[in-house]
Amino acid sequence: MLVAVLDSATPAVTAALAEVTATGFAVRAERTTVDARAHGELLAPQLDDVLREAGAKPRDLVAVVAGVGPGPFTGLRVGLVTAAALGDVLGIPTYGVCSLDALGWGSAQVTLVATDARRREIYWAVYDGSGVRRTDPDVHRPADVAERLAEFGVERAVGQGAAMYADVLGVPVADEPRYPPAAALAALSADRVRAAAPGERLTPLYLRRPDAVPRQQ
Amino acid sequence: MTAEPLVLGIETSCDETGIGIVRGRTLLADAVASSVDAHARFGGVVPEVASRAHLEAMVPTMHRALADAGVTMADIDAIAVTAGPGLAGALLVGVAAAKGYALAAEKPLYGVNHLAAHVAVDTLDEESGGHGPLPEPAIALLVSGGHSSLLRVDDIAEVTPLGGTIDDAAGEAFDKVARLLGLPFPGGPPIDKAARDGEPDAIAFPRGLTSPKDQAKHRFNFSFSGLKTAVARWVEAHEQVPVADVAASFQEAVCDVLTQKAIDACREYGVRTLIIGGGVAANSRLRTLAAQRCEWHGIQLRVPKPKLCTDNGAMVAALGVHLVNAGVAASRLDLPADSALPLTTVRV
Ligand SMILES: [Zn+2]
Repeated sequence: MLVAVLDSATPAVTAALAEVTATGFAVRAERTTVDARAHGELLAPQLDDVLREAGAKPRDLVAVVAGVGPGPFTGLRVGLVTAAALGDVLGIPTYGVCSLDALGWGSAQVTLVATDARRREIYWAVYDGSGVRRTDPDVHRPADVAERLAEFGVERAVGQGAAMYADVLGVPVADEPRYPPAAALAALSADRVRAAAPGERLTPLYLRRPDAVPRQQ
Repeated sequence: MTAEPLVLGIETSCDETGIGIVRGRTLLADAVASSVDAHARFGGVVPEVASRAHLEAMVPTMHRALADAGVTMADIDAIAVTAGPGLAGALLVGVAAAKGYALAAEKPLYGVNHLAAHVAVDTLDEESGGHGPLPEPAIALLVSGGHSSLLRVDDIAEVTPLGGTIDDAAGEAFDKVARLLGLPFPGGPPIDKAARDGEPDAIAFPRGLTSPKDQAKHRFNFSFSGLKTAVARWVEAHEQVPVADVAASFQEAVCDVLTQKAIDACREYGVRTLIIGGGVAANSRLRTLAAQRCEWHGIQLRVPKPKLCTDNGAMVAALGVHLVNAGVAASRLDLPADSALPLTTVRV
């Protein structure tokens, strides 16, 4: 069962094809480019590339999996609207995965996942030693997150946001993964793909309101 | 079986999510989801609010358009999308969606210029709300909350900018003045309505860039920020504000300058057709004044039906039909959304 995997919640733009089988999954082709300003230009050509590389046609897909953030709004929407369009045209389900979960997937220790939220803040969540999320995704200043790490017993951190603020966070930061891996997104949705679960409307995790002040009358 | 191309157009440059379907010159569907109500409490279009609304509205609006046209995506020959100019984040939602649809449905994709699309929509047939093929060349005056441009159209795919606003767009001036007068957003319709009970010559508001010294550099440019400031000063200086007179006098100043410069352009280039498009084309005074002045100068005035003047997907589809018919190559999948796309680029 061939699945398209997309994530645009971080400076990395990822398009991949994964083969989900009854017992496992394998990434058949993957393109990731790190360029925070070109999600709109890069994502569709990368998806086209992985389809060619795998010798597949769009109509061979059975589902679309997309990282729903949290992430900077503009880039995040590129992935979600692309996934929604694919699902719509092909009549296949779309499944959302929290992009932080993809970074926390497979962690063997209590792990802080952090991505860059810009404005000197990070999107973050804490995962236990079996990769299960223990806090709701949130957005804060790194120093405020650092204060809470002991309370969760965090042993290490991953993600580009953690790497950027390693000295503030005060826990060891793993080199990898920096960005949501396609394999993790596939793994986290494989059960839904196998069960042909009903698709969901892909709702971005914005975690911030638009900057705008209502006018005073 | 018909030889006329069936094109689907996607428009997200501002606060309307528009998807239109056109076959040849015939409009088959014009589905629009507007987020204008969400912006009203901010007194103007908030780009992030618009972008969020585009994402939510995209698939439902697509379904509505296809159902209205009675076609499926498989029937579509090409997809066209507004690549610019417009709000960067808003454009990007439409462009990414169009790429997703084009890639999955294996259709050619055309990234097109929003302003050229405003002109192209008038080439739809009369039953669809346009006026058929353009006599070339024509002058186009495009006025909305986002743009105020004067163009020479030698061909739908060959547009020359003559001038534009150097500060606020005309529609923006309406919004700001409405706010000064305590009228709701968007300001165009309430000012139009209030002005009907007022005197257009009650207050002599300034006509931007019309003095002799401006003719060399700004003959076909517009400026509305001075007018807005003049209205603000006048309102501040008067305890009792006659809303109808202020609205009528402000509206007269805007429409006078717009139509005068448009007619000047027609005469300068020996052009006998003027097209007016954009949301401000719905203004009743602009239409009346333009009709009077065009008749006086023997110029044919073409204004598409109001629903085709505001931003919509049909205009993008109409331009797409021209590009397909002209044998223009499709865009590449890496085409960028360009908030400042120059008018000289009709297809990205
Ligand atoms: Zn427009």
